[in-house]
Formats: sequence, structure tokens, C-alpha cells
Amino acid sequence: MAQQSLDIERRSATTTPSPNMRGHVAEVAKLIDISKCIGCKACQSACMEWNDYRGNVGTCDGTYNNPFDLAANQWTVMRFTEYEPPGGNLEWLIRKDGCMHCAEPGCLKACPAPGAIVQYSNGIVDFHEEHCIGCGYCITGCPFNIPRLSDADSKVYKCTLCSDRVAVGLEPACIKSCPTGALVFGSKDDMRQHAAGRIEDLKSRGYKNAGLYDPQGVGGTHVMYVLPHADRPQIYAGLPKDPHISPLVSLWKGALKPLMSLGLGVIAFAGVIHYVGVGPNETKDDKSKVDKSSEHRDQ
Amino acid sequence: MASLAPTFGRGAMTNHWVDIKNANLVIIMGGNAAEAHPCGFKWVTEAKAHNKAKLVVIDPRFTRSAAVADYYAPLRTGTDIAFLGGVINYLLTHDKIQHEYVKAYTDAGFIVRSDYLFKDGLFSGYQPKTRSYDKSSWMYEIGADGYAKVDPTLTHPRCVFNLMKQHYARYTPEVVENICGTPKDTFLRVCGLIAETSTSDRTATFMYALGWTQHTVGTQMIRTAAMVQLLLGNIGMPGGGVNALRGHSNIQGLTDLGLLSNLLPGYMTLPGESEVDFKKYIAARAFKPLRPHQLSFWQNYGKFHVSLMKAWYGAAATKENNFCYDWLPKLDKVHDVLQVFEDMHNGKLNGYLCQGFNPLAAFPNKAKIGGALAKLKYLVVIDPLATETSEFWRNFGEFNDVDSAKIATEVFRLPSGCFAEEDGSLVNSGRWMQWHWKGQDPPGEGKSDTEIVAGIFLRIRELYRKHGGAFSDPVRNLTWDYAIPYRPHPEEIAKEYNGSALADLTDPKNKTKVIKKRGEQLDGFLQLRDDGTTACGCWIFAGCWTEKGNMMARRDTADPSGLGETLGWAFAWPANRRILYNRASCNPSGRPWDPIKRNLIHWNGRAWVGFDVPDFKPDSPPAEGMGPFIMLPEGVARFFTLGNVVDGPFPEHYEPFETPIDTNPLHRQVVSNPAARVFRDDLEAFGKSTDYPYAATTYRLTEHFHFWTKHALINAVLQPEQFVEVGEVLAKEKGIKSGDRVMVRSNRGHIKAVAVVTKRIMPLKVDGKIVHTVGVPIHWGFKGVAKNGYIANTLTPFVGDANVQTPEFKSFIVDIEKA
Amino acid sequence: MVSISRRQFLKLGAAGLGASSIAVLGFSPAAALAEAREFKLTRTTETRNTCPYCSVSCGLILYGLGDKAKNAPSSIIHIEGDPDHPVSRGTLCPKGAGLLDFVHSADRLRYPEYRAPGASEWKRISWDEAFDRIARLMKDDRDKNFIGQNAEGVPVNRWLSTGFLAASASSNESGYLTHKVVRSLGILAFDNQARV
Repeated sequence: MAQQSLDIERRSATTTPSPNMRGHVAEVAKLIDISKCIGCKACQSACMEWNDYRGNVGTCDGTYNNPFDLAANQWTVMRFTEYEPPGGNLEWLIRKDGCMHCAEPGCLKACPAPGAIVQYSNGIVDFHEEHCIGCGYCITGCPFNIPRLSDADSKVYKCTLCSDRVAVGLEPACIKSCPTGALVFGSKDDMRQHAAGRIEDLKSRGYKNAGLYDPQGVGGTHVMYVLPHADRPQIYAGLPKDPHISPLVSLWKGALKPLMSLGLGVIAFAGVIHYVGVGPNETKDDKSKVDKSSEHRDQ
Repeated sequence: MASLAPTFGRGAMTNHWVDIKNANLVIIMGGNAAEAHPCGFKWVTEAKAHNKAKLVVIDPRFTRSAAVADYYAPLRTGTDIAFLGGVINYLLTHDKIQHEYVKAYTDAGFIVRSDYLFKDGLFSGYQPKTRSYDKSSWMYEIGADGYAKVDPTLTHPRCVFNLMKQHYARYTPEVVENICGTPKDTFLRVCGLIAETSTSDRTATFMYALGWTQHTVGTQMIRTAAMVQLLLGNIGMPGGGVNALRGHSNIQGLTDLGLLSNLLPGYMTLPGESEVDFKKYIAARAFKPLRPHQLSFWQNYGKFHVSLMKAWYGAAATKENNFCYDWLPKLDKVHDVLQVFEDMHNGKLNGYLCQGFNPLAAFPNKAKIGGALAKLKYLVVIDPLATETSEFWRNFGEFNDVDSAKIATEVFRLPSGCFAEEDGSLVNSGRWMQWHWKGQDPPGEGKSDTEIVAGIFLRIRELYRKHGGAFSDPVRNLTWDYAIPYRPHPEEIAKEYNGSALADLTDPKNKTKVIKKRGEQLDGFLQLRDDGTTACGCWIFAGCWTEKGNMMARRDTADPSGLGETLGWAFAWPANRRILYNRASCNPSGRPWDPIKRNLIHWNGRAWVGFDVPDFKPDSPPAEGMGPFIMLPEGVARFFTLGNVVDGPFPEHYEPFETPIDTNPLHRQVVSNPAARVFRDDLEAFGKSTDYPYAATTYRLTEHFHFWTKHALINAVLQPEQFVEVGEVLAKEKGIKSGDRVMVRSNRGHIKAVAVVTKRIMPLKVDGKIVHTVGVPIHWGFKGVAKNGYIANTLTPFVGDANVQTPEFKSFIVDIEKA
Repeated sequence: MVSISRRQFLKLGAAGLGASSIAVLGFSPAAALAEAREFKLTRTTETRNTCPYCSVSCGLILYGLGDKAKNAPSSIIHIEGDPDHPVSRGTLCPKGAGLLDFVHSADRLRYPEYRAPGASEWKRISWDEAFDRIARLMKDDRDKNFIGQNAEGVPVNRWLSTGFLAASASSNESGYLTHKVVRSLGILAFDNQARV
């Protein structure tokens, strides 16, 4: 059922074509309107509840960011920034962070595990953890620093855009819960149109640089932002101004891949046997580095 | 709620959640709707997005509401009357008022007695010994015809309008800046935005919550906003109103049902000690009109009261025994929670039952509350969760350092079901009575609240039936006709408070026509009688469960006007009216002030009709001159509340009992509310600004609900650990960095928490001094799945509002240092 | 931009690449299907309810496990906003969206308990024991301290030595029944959260 309504655009590390005949599917998008967001964390709450995970009861680090960062068991977080524009009044910028569902997903391109990352025709990029080998390349490949490796099962997790809900015609859990309508969901075209109206309203209220964030460096995204200060996305807790997939990913996918595939074929085969029998070659060091790489402490 | 009733006639949010979308200006002050009522706040974002509305937030802190506001104005905690008094002065001096509305629908022209006076911070009639007023001079001049004298030209020097003008002339922008710390240009900018809504086609709405009620002048803060709205003509209008955002899901319902020391259901009041005579008791509450042709609906008090006593005592309530009038307990004084815990602390109480309430965490001065509970002989806690109160006797180290062996209180803890485990109804802030259904059984052996109350009551009744005892007539005769006595069904109870006919009821205009047969459910409160032929447990709820069935369970979402009046959704008291005083949405001749965008009701030549149920006598033509505020004997709303508010007919700025400036810049000899009640040992527990130099305020966070959600894992994840908020300047002075552990002390105790250093709390210049504010969120305690913490109310003072005794949680003083 | 450590790059050439190479070589594992997680509410029972927290009173739908068959007691597995509700329109705040963890909180009370004077622990008791003991304590206190008449001989019928604190999150039905019982006993020390 789910498979039929969510047709497949591409799968990681898979050269056979994906079933694509029912590709006449509207691209979906989540629009995050920062100007309506009150940082209430309803989306975080709904995400945990619907997806049956719970974050850790942590500590207060002296900010409103809680949990501090994305984690294998925290697929979306609010990032709070107290911002004083030159000569203007104090603003409290609040950005919901999570997977952007890129049209050109760096995670999927970097992923060596067949079918562990899938992009559906509607634009959702979904992780299928049962195929994940825990190598962490998707983390490297992501220009937004989103996926997180779980300490518990060495699998990588992130927002699914509630692909299970979307498959049966429902909006994602975060969208439904959002009290102020800061989160909206629909076809990407509709979301662009909705954003245009919001930007016009913001401009009438003095935000002359209000705009839509749909970065083309990753082919556009299926999660977009309405930013009151679209000329400076970085002020929203480091939202990248012009994100691109890491050159390393392109490198190995392009020139290196055939070379290594052939040359290292035998070694690779042995490696997989090793993986199946023993598990991924990981050290604790690597994991903690990955998990901590993205802390935003600027409230 | 005690502020809205004396002004407008009813103690409830005047409009409702969805209606906020119709506003042109939303003012959030004395509350933080984005944080405490996020889903109601959506109608603010809707008003902004679809009605081009502006949002102004006025608060000591730059809150989550302020994060999406068009304009933010800081003010010092506890100074809202000074701010709004300044707004009144601005509107009057700049002539930004809706003249026709003010003349026709308010008491502006009413002439006040010549012995009324306000001087040097005190109103006439002050009696320092009792800290109270003789309010007899706070009255209109009454003419020979028995009606109040009115000067429709508003020129009489003692008419309410001119007294008001005189009273607030002192509240200049400079005075406001000096008291509130709000920069003058910021204040004037807000005044300008508010003034824009004085036209008949623009409305402002005020949204407030406990940021106003939790002060010793809380009632008067709300009154000041009500006066602003009356001057602007914004009451009764879609998109207008003074909107009380109530804190709990059914706090409105429990207030409506009178679960307060001095009340009976439907805002009826218990008799005082001296009220021996039943007829006089009724007459004192059945207000006669103060102007010709006014409805003065409380004239029907006798019908509501007798019907209540018939619901409670059935056949035992007869005309001969004054419908059991003597069975009602008579008040010696008001036993509000502060009084009760004062008495408990003094050893005057033996037993206490807490049903879904956690006083150890929720009441001020935790040390005093814990000490008081330890003096009880028995405590019964009925709750779905393991509360702090239920374990006040247990040692939790620094968070509750007690010696169990020395506490002799017997404690019972009874597991009750939660919302998901019962059928029943709740009344939301907008007075909607909504029915809900049971989704599962309570865990373990849990029982519903009604079953637990029935269980205790039936055992007591059995003991009295078998063994007799102190005056047991009311216990033995209490109606209890439930099919399963130990498990009354919510449907049976709902039908009881709606009311039914005890005999065939005939049409008063045509005695041969039977309008209700004996045993039938009543259609509404207009069918109530004072002769014992009707029973009704809560007259304002009448109409919620009629012969047509459960009106509270209706689910029609139709909104033909587009204004958000979904009359077929649930049931709104009174009589399914959605916007209170909606007659005032029309001009005196019966046409809407704003026929294009706010066409709510109108006079069609024969009757009042429209998209809402008219809050008015349906057949009273405009020419008759009946006023829109039908609950008040004047028929018009009051700027001047006569003797209905104990601390003055006009709001006046008084400092919090703990003030960081030690004085009141308006009248330095009268600093704090002279009519607020203070217990002697609590007076001693107030701190001085020399020891505790910083203003402090307590509040909620959006991730949590009071002391419940620390038991819910998801919410514990979202906000795990206790913190306090400190402005950057103060933090620098004290060497505090974000994430440091700090100790906050008041004269009553201390808490330790993580510091959140922020730009969002700004130092304010007040009376020549810099005032810093420390913010104290309330949600932690020593039970739950969040990190254990201190009870924030360890810090707060034990003093309440002069009228309703709501504790002053919002303004007190502290010191702070690195822990 | 995240930097790639040397160690990560080495791994890129080993296990990870290896798996991809297998695919290239035609060993695409058959299990690599791309299917979304099964929708979990397909056969749950829906019950309309109202959020118990603040006074916005958002509409809820409780999703109960199973179809209410005799042998399968319902347990709520998910709570979501009621899209028909005119105020909330399906939305919920972080408290409402987390209600499932209140319903199933580890701190829910499960049976009546009693703490004796001076004791430092709870003792489990039955409902009968609880009701009998509470009724006895209340009646004894009432009989001893009830004030039938004041000094002037006027009937005042009040009982001041026991108080009752009601909950403003409980239903109207619970509140009404409580009020009726409390007043019949003559209690005046009676309040709810309306003041705080």
C-alpha cells in the first residue's frame, strides 16, 4: 500500500532502476514560516509521540534549546537566537531545525548501503534503518548537518516527513500540531504560493528583505522557510546561505567510484562479510565527534 | 473574574477564542498567550495574516508572544494600572474615544454623590484599623423617582466622566515612564495604536491571564483595561472585548458552578452570618433597576435560588421551610485558600481534602504550606498523579527537608481517573460547554472523581442514618437519585444541573397552555420558577441538556457569518450566546456599528436577530432605551463600580507589597493597596529592597503545564531542568554566565537553578533607580520524570488581591547570586 | 560544513564502498525494498475528547488499541488534535501533543494508599478501608466541631475544621457533585484554582 502511493525516485547505492511509472505525483513540501513561529515545540512533541521515540531527559544549558541538538532520538529541535539588528529592536529568532528533504539529497548520494536511503517521487527522503550499515557517510554528505548516528543500534536516524502519514493522505505530525500555522504542508507549488503571500505581509510590516529559503545548490528543498531576513539566513542559528553537497561525495561518486569498485572489489567483498559477521568498524571517538559536531549554543 | 462582573455584569471572557481573528489590534498584557495558550494564540496569527491586525505585547519580559509581535513595550512588574491609567488619560486628552458609545452604553453621565473623594492615595471612607473602606459614598445621586441621576451632556462636574478625567489626569506619560520604566516614546507609540481603534469600524482586543490576576491590585488591573475598552467602544463587538484567558481546562466551569468559599452555582452567593431572613437574602440580591426600562436580570434571583435548593434537597425543600434556607452554611468570613492555610497553620483545621490540586506546589510560601499540612489530623489526596502535596511528609533532601517521624498527619492517596477515562463536560475560556467521552479505563484500581466523592459521601450518610450526629438533615436529605448510587453517571448529573420541571409548567401569559410537562428537561433559565415547581442545579447552564438531548455534544461547525460564531458547536452559557453584551455591537437605533465587517445582530423591526444569540431581551425595541448590559441595574457598563469592588471605584496604582523602589511615586505615604488583607506573620515575612534589591516574577513555560507535565516524559525531554532568567546587565554585575547554577533568595526561602542569561529582560529606570527583574518559571518539584527541583513558590509572598485574594505571585523581590 | 576526518575517509574506501560495489557487481540485496512504515492507526478506535490542560480546550481524538472487542481492553496508543474543532482545528501545543505520556505516566496512581502518622512509607489499602476510615474521620470531626448556631442563637450550620480543595481540571459533573456534597456537610473552607 505504502509503496504504491509513494513512488520511488531513487534509492541509495542501487543501480537497477527504481519503479517509476506512477511518477505523476505532486511534489510535497513543508513550509516553515519563521514569522509565525513561537518556538512552542509542539512539533517536537508531536514528532516524538507519532514516531514512537523519546529523547533523553537532559539538562538545561542556560538556553531555551532543549534538547540542545538533533539526535537519533530527536528528529527536530528549535534553535533560539536573540538578535539585535543594527539600529533596530530586539528580535527572538526561532528556527525549527530538521531534515530539509533536498531534491538532490547529499545523504542519499553518499550512502553506500543499498536501499538504506530512498527518495520518493513526492520528494520525501526517507531512511530505511534496516538496511543502514552505520557507516555515517550520509552525515558527511548532508549539507545541513541533520542525520545522527544512534549509540544504541549504530543506525542513522532523521525526520521521515512522516512518510507513513503522507502515504495515506495525511499531513506530517508536526504540521498538524503547529498551533500558530507556522508550519504548513502541501504541494510544493502551493507552498511557494502561500509563502509569497506571507512575504508580502512581512514586507508591509517593514521586513524589506523577507523571502523564501529554497536553496538551489541542493536542487531546492521539500522543507522551505519563510525568513523575515532572507538576505542573512546565517542569523537563524547558522542556516547555510548557499548549501552544496560536499565535494568529497561528488568525488567518490564520480571519478573514484568505478575505480574503487573494480580495484577494491575483492577487499570490499571481504569487508561486507566482516560487516555482516562483526558489525561496522567504528570507534567511540568517531561517533561522539559526529554527534557533537553541530551544537548551536547561541540561543 | 471579580473585576469583569462589576464592570459589565458577568465574570467571564467577553468574547471567545475564534473571535480574536476579527480584531484590528491585539494587546497582550498581563499574560503570555503564545506561551500559555498556544492554540488559542493561533487566532492572533490569523488576525495578523488575514485581517492585517497588529500585535502589541506589554510585559516585563520579551516573551514568546513578543517574538511574533509588531511592537513590544517593557514595563516593570506590578505597574499595569499606571500604564493603562496613562492610556485612559491619553485617550481623554486626545479625544480618541467613541463618543456615541460612551454616552449611550456607559455610566459616564451618572452623577456621583458629593461626599465621594479621592485624595492622597485614599478614597473616601477609609478605615485604617480594619484596612477597609466604608463604601457608602461611592454611590450615585438617587432622584426622587428612585433612579440614578444622569447628565447626558457629560458636563456636570461630578458625573462619572469628569471624575474619571480628573482621576487619571495625574497619569501623564512622564509619570507612566517614572513608575513603569517604559520609555515615554514607546508608551506613546502604544497609545497611538490603541487610539486608532476608537472608530466604530476598528476594534482592539485585550488578552490577559494570571499576569493580571496574581497581584494585590489584580482586580483593578483588569478593570483599567475594561475602562479603556469602554472608551473605545470595543465591548460587545466582534474582535473586541476584555478576554480573560483562564488557566485550567475547567476553571471557568468550576467558577460557574461556584466551587468557592462564598459562592453557590451560577454566581449566586452564600448568605452571610447576619442574613437571617430568607426574603431579605433574596431581595438584597435581586437588584432593582437603577434607570427606567432596564432589564436588571438579577431581579430573577429568587427563581434561580429556589430551583437550586429544589435540585439539592428535593421534596425536603418546601415553601414553608424557605426551601431549606437555614440548611445553607452561613459565612462568618470568606474562607479563601490563603485564609484557610493561615487557619490551618494556626491549628484550626483538622481535615483537608485535595481533589486534583497540589497546594504545596501551587500556593505561596511553600514553607508555610508544608508547615500547615503537618498540623492536620488527616489529609485526603484524590489525584491521577503522585503529587508533591501527597508526599509533603517525605524527605526529599534539599527540595523538601522534613522529618517524617515528626509529622503526625494521616494521609490517604486515592487514584482518580484522568480526562481520557471519563465522560463529561468542561467549560472553556469562551464559555463553551463541551462534552467528551471516555477512551479507556483508569489504570489499576483507579476510579473517577464522581465515584470517589460518592463513595465518601455515601459512607458518611450511612453513619448519620445509623447513628445520628451533628445536624444531619442536609446530609440525609441530599438528593441522590442516581441509578447506581455509588457511581453517578455524568449524564445524570448534567441533566440535574440543566434543570427539569417538577410539575406541569404553564405559560405565564396563557395559564391553559402547558409549556413543560412534569419531569421534562428545561429549555433554558427563562422557564425557572420561584415556587418550587422547577429544579435547576446551575441556572446559567440551563439549556445545555434539554429534551432534545445533550446540547454540549453538538458538532456542527457551520459558521454562516464567517465571524466564527459556530452556534451549532457545543453549547455556550448563557443561552448559547457567543459574544457577551452583543447588543452593544449595534448603535442605539439597532444597526451594527460596523455593518460591513461586524454584522453580528440587528433589530429587524420586530425582534433582535442575527448570527449570534442576542444577549438582550429579544423583543425590546431600540426606542425603549434598554441598555446592553442587562445584568447590571443601570443597564450600562460601569467606569465607576460603586461599592462592588472593595479597593476603590476607580483603579489606582499601588505598588506590590514587596516593591524594589520602597515607595509609590504617586503618593509616597500610601504605597501598597490599603485595602488588601495581610496576616500579621506574613507582614513580617515581607522583605526590604535593601536585602532583596531585584524585582521577581513567576510564570509558565509553554513546554509545561503547572506541576503535571513534569510527570509526562515528552514534556520532561522538552524542558528537563529548573532554570531562572536573568538579564545580561544584572548577570554581568553578578558574574553569572548562562548555564551557571544560581541561588535566588527571598525573605521566605531560597531556590537553586540554572541561569539563563538573556537580552529579553531589560533593566528599567524607575523613580531614579535601575530595576532589574529575575524571572522564575514554576514547573519543577520533587516528583516526576523531569529533573527534580525546588518548588518556585518557596519564594513567593503570602498576600492576595484585595477582592478575590489571588496571591501576588507575579511581583515580589529577591536577591540572586552564583550558587 | 562538516569536515571529514581522515579516519572517515578511509572507511569510505573500505566497508561502505564495498557494499556499494556489491550493488555494482549485481548483488543488490533482495531485502532493499523501499516502503514507508505501516500506518499505525488503521484499526484503532477513535474517541472524541477535550484537552485537560489550559482553557483553550482543544478538541482531541483518542486512538484506542483494538476494536473494543470483549477480550481486548482499550488502551490509548495515540492522541491527536480534532480537525473539526472550531478553536483548535486539529492543532495541539507541546503539552497537548504529549498527552499520551500523561495518560501513561509512570507516576499514575494505581491503588489507594495510606500513610500512618509518623510513617515514612505508603501502605497499600483497599477502597473499602479508605472510604470507611475517611468517612469515620470526617464524621467524628464534624460532630465535634459543627457550629449549629452562633452566639446570637442564629442558625449558621457550618463546619470549619475540615476543608475541601476542588480541581478546576475536573469535569462540570464532578465539580457539581462535589459542591453539592461539600455544602450539605456545611463546609466553608472550599476553593479551587479559580483564585490561583
